[in-house]
Amino acid sequence: MSARDLHGPGAPWGPEAPGAKANADFGVVGKAHRKIDGLAKATGAAVYTDDLQLPGMLHAKTLRSPHAHARVKRVDFTKALALPGVHAAIGGDSMPIKYGVIPWTPDENALAVDKVRFIGDPVAAVAALDEDTANAALKLIEVEYEVLHAYFDPREALARTAPAIHESKKGGNVSKSVQLDFGDVDSALSQAAVVVEDDYTFHGTTHAPIEPHCAVATYSADGLLTLWSATQITHYVHRALSRVLELPPHKIRVIQPCLGGAFGGKSDPFSLEFCVSKLAMLTGRPVKMLWTREEVFYAHRGRHPMQMHYRSGATADGKLLGVDAKILIDGGSYSSFGLVTTYYSGQLLTGPYHFPSYRFDSTRVFTNKPPCGPKRGHGSVQPRFAFEIQLDQLAEKLGLDPLEIRRRNFQGDFTRTVNGQRITSNGFLQCLDEVERASDWRARKGKLPFGRGLGVAGSMYISGTNYPVYPNEMPQAGVQLKVDRSGLVTVFTGGNDIGQGSNSLCAYIVAEELGLKLDQVRVVAADTDLCPVDLGAYSSRVTFMVGNATIDACRKLREQLVAAVAAKWECAAGRVRFIDGLVVDLEDVSRSMSTMEAFQLAETKFDTLGATGSYNTPTLGGDYRGGTIGASPAYSFTAHVVECEVDVETGRITVERVWIAHDCGRAINPMIVAGQMEGSAYMGLAEAVLEDHDINRFGLHKGPSLLDYRIPTSLDTPEFHALIVESLDPEGPYGAKEAGEGPLHPSLPALSNAVYDAVGIRLKHLPFTPAKVLAALREQRAAAKQESTGALARGAR
Amino acid sequence: MLRLPKFELRTPTTLEQAIEWLEEAGPSALIVAGGTDLVPNMKHELFTPELVVSLAGIAELRGIRRDHDGALSIGAMTSLEEVAANELVRAQAPALAQACSLVAGPQLRSMGTLGGNVMLDTRCQWYNQTYFWRQALGFCMKKDGSLCHVVAGGKNCVAAASNDSAPALMTLGANLEFESAKGARETPIDELWLADGIRNKKLEHGEILTRIRVPPVGTGHRGAYGKLRDRGSIDFPLLGVAVRLDLDSAQRVEHADIVITALAAQPKRISKVVETLRGLEVESPEFASACETVAALAHKQCRPLPNIPGDHDYRREMVPVYVRRTLAAAAARSGPVHHV
Repeated sequence: MSARDLHGPGAPWGPEAPGAKANADFGVVGKAHRKIDGLAKATGAAVYTDDLQLPGMLHAKTLRSPHAHARVKRVDFTKALALPGVHAAIGGDSMPIKYGVIPWTPDENALAVDKVRFIGDPVAAVAALDEDTANAALKLIEVEYEVLHAYFDPREALARTAPAIHESKKGGNVSKSVQLDFGDVDSALSQAAVVVEDDYTFHGTTHAPIEPHCAVATYSADGLLTLWSATQITHYVHRALSRVLELPPHKIRVIQPCLGGAFGGKSDPFSLEFCVSKLAMLTGRPVKMLWTREEVFYAHRGRHPMQMHYRSGATADGKLLGVDAKILIDGGSYSSFGLVTTYYSGQLLTGPYHFPSYRFDSTRVFTNKPPCGPKRGHGSVQPRFAFEIQLDQLAEKLGLDPLEIRRRNFQGDFTRTVNGQRITSNGFLQCLDEVERASDWRARKGKLPFGRGLGVAGSMYISGTNYPVYPNEMPQAGVQLKVDRSGLVTVFTGGNDIGQGSNSLCAYIVAEELGLKLDQVRVVAADTDLCPVDLGAYSSRVTFMVGNATIDACRKLREQLVAAVAAKWECAAGRVRFIDGLVVDLEDVSRSMSTMEAFQLAETKFDTLGATGSYNTPTLGGDYRGGTIGASPAYSFTAHVVECEVDVETGRITVERVWIAHDCGRAINPMIVAGQMEGSAYMGLAEAVLEDHDINRFGLHKGPSLLDYRIPTSLDTPEFHALIVESLDPEGPYGAKEAGEGPLHPSLPALSNAVYDAVGIRLKHLPFTPAKVLAALREQRAAAKQESTGALARGAR
Repeated sequence: MLRLPKFELRTPTTLEQAIEWLEEAGPSALIVAGGTDLVPNMKHELFTPELVVSLAGIAELRGIRRDHDGALSIGAMTSLEEVAANELVRAQAPALAQACSLVAGPQLRSMGTLGGNVMLDTRCQWYNQTYFWRQALGFCMKKDGSLCHVVAGGKNCVAAASNDSAPALMTLGANLEFESAKGARETPIDELWLADGIRNKKLEHGEILTRIRVPPVGTGHRGAYGKLRDRGSIDFPLLGVAVRLDLDSAQRVEHADIVITALAAQPKRISKVVETLRGLEVESPEFASACETVAALAHKQCRPLPNIPGDHDYRREMVPVYVRRTLAAAAARSGPVHHV
């Protein structure tokens, strides 16, 4: 039995369920707990990939292309291999099989085979006794290039087909193009009382996790390849290694050690994972590669720059009639998740507002820049930015309060979107209420002194998707429990804890279900030899899917435990309760035993104990090509109010306070949820005012360092107020949905809307640099002057 | 992580020993003070010394004292944090204390020294990059190449002086004490600079900056520092404005000076400042309006280039704003002028 059959509309935590549990009725769930790895991280005991030191380990380095677009004519390792201490050197021909995280678009090689496509594209790798020798060897590798025309402007890449960045691709430099129509947008807009049409720009940003990518591989004498890697998706790395290295999957083990941040930037299989594996196979010695910060910027997979054109129409009372979008997406040099990004740029906009008609036309093109990919809020942060500003523009034309227009267009819960997505629980209205109340919106919006303003925006996001990256009918999440006479329960999960706390989640759920203390549960995660398959940490799927799989396994196990205790006590099973490390008889409180004793009884009665659990999504999505992309078993909803101050002399925007209301379903650990909400808003606002993943006129990253890529310091961080809204979802674990990505979305448009409230300028093109603010203020003054001159002239007539 | 190139590190405990080792090794030796600038620059292969002589073990180079003539004497190895917090400095050289308080971030200020900040290498977005990056660019005239990417066809390097302390010390008329095998020399900080971004200091190999002397000021001394940067911490200046005002007993300006940094190779003194402000009482409307005039003068005289990160037109636009705000701060005995 999988969890999807276990729950359903009648789930015990559902809003309609007669016995719906309040947080107080849970032992562990709904309460603040430490992360189970918190102390190890705080004390420095946690082991990250780069902490691994193996006997005889070699160090590897990557030679990268200094050209943005070039044919690789010749690579000569003679001199490099002659350097004492160098053990092996490899080029593209050592691993000619292409890969890509999306099986339909394999266009990457571990090392360049024929061409390089951006400055920093990996060309060769060397393993040597130490890092300095490996670096010295890189300088001795001779590479001959034939330089080709490079594309840095997506419009040029779209217009010009030769030279193509990927020659095997039909259609010049187009990576993916999606046009979808839902309802008759043109006639809807022709009937609209008000239409707004405008352009919006999202620049590029990157993840900047504090831990750089790192991988270590060993290859045993009997042919087992083991890879430790700072990845957020062990399973896809496992598959890609098997494909590229032509090894059967059972001869490969992938382990993710403790991870220092990812945010989507460690979702793809990366060059270094293949290189250390190949080098370990060639040398028979362990090989490590740790990327420099600069190399992390080249690996990128960050947020796609998008040029967006939106046209929306509404009735006189503010009800949306139609939305029409045209989006040009700058993909950089490879596909990565780009197929999904292109769909997401349109598919994820159809909530929390009701769209009677909708159309989008999104095209992703290749350019000779570091490849873009998934960053927190994959594919939907950019369109959300554009649309939430456009919604304010509509409200203004109609003389409506921005909060009010959002309320009026609320889609409702347990409904279906125009593009066929099933919406279950939906706490968006409550999110609006919360930010309205907490920010004192009614008393302050539009009434603050010049230079200070409030802005609102809303959003929705997926809690996992029913589209596994490669099509299959197997569970998306699997969990295994081991229980024995020691009183310990060990959870084996393929889920990747990337700092978001997914291992802790497993522990909380097991402790809740089996009435254990948290220290009676240990979690073993992200090791393909030990743990059942999970599809990894992306699309905000882990709480929902791994959580449900864990519940599933626990309930099977609990049946056995209850049966063993009931037999011993000769009572009905319903009287046996597991609470806080004890088993008690509900009707005779004098009778109790420790859970350890219960485990021993069960082990005696049933033999060695264990249970598996799994989760798979129900059938979801629209009945059209691409209709399952973006279809999620549950959606989270968010509203932000941002308060900012604009210095009209310097153009600097200071975000003072942010109220973040987020409907995450049940907050299994409200402290972690609040942390995710604050972290999301922090990241979104950083993208709005500071961060800029900019490629200069030479094709070079403007400043690939943490000095020049400005992530905010604590001094640049506003005051956050996390307001958790819990619309219990019938299918989520205890009603939970997601909290890791959704709460990022509204921060950017809410800031733009706040700036409008503060000083009357509409910022539509990111990033909001002080220079842009000053330019907009000048334009505003010029327009006002023209207006008054015009008025005077009209008056004179 | 980027690797440091191989080098020998020596840590003498006396100045004499340091001088001797530097003299012996010749130009392949470099001095390291706090290392907060040199170490990343070495990782970027901008400097590849064979010998690095650390001044960290020389006790006499640390500490702040008042000399018998009333001058402040600050050991070159005194940390920026200590200078910023020192009561004597705050009273006698407020612009310097403020400038030091805004260098980089707290960790770097506790490692970085005043002497190191004065001797900081110039900075440019085409220069402060890794070897790989600079190679892909084709290098630049400041290091390993011949072209300038800031000024097309430019013959002179325009990398920017980026030390916050320098303009403050210039307004204070500070003197720098150097020692070398040839003996000691003292030079006004104004005379240190060259208009060349490759090498913006008149300095001979083996000369060690030992102390920074700030002459005494009157009771009417005022000073402030204004710093433009993207973040509230860490970043080098996109513009740095040091202001000095000396008031008489009636609060009228006797002397005034403004020096601006992060423009080109050397900090720039704004001309006609004292002529514009002299005799004006600082709380008068005349003073406020004269400050506008000074701001306009500064705007006219300063033309930031696209050398360091950030929009150079915007940096120019900020010159009068920061000049006016820093003047006001000095007059009001407040500051620093900084957005957080």
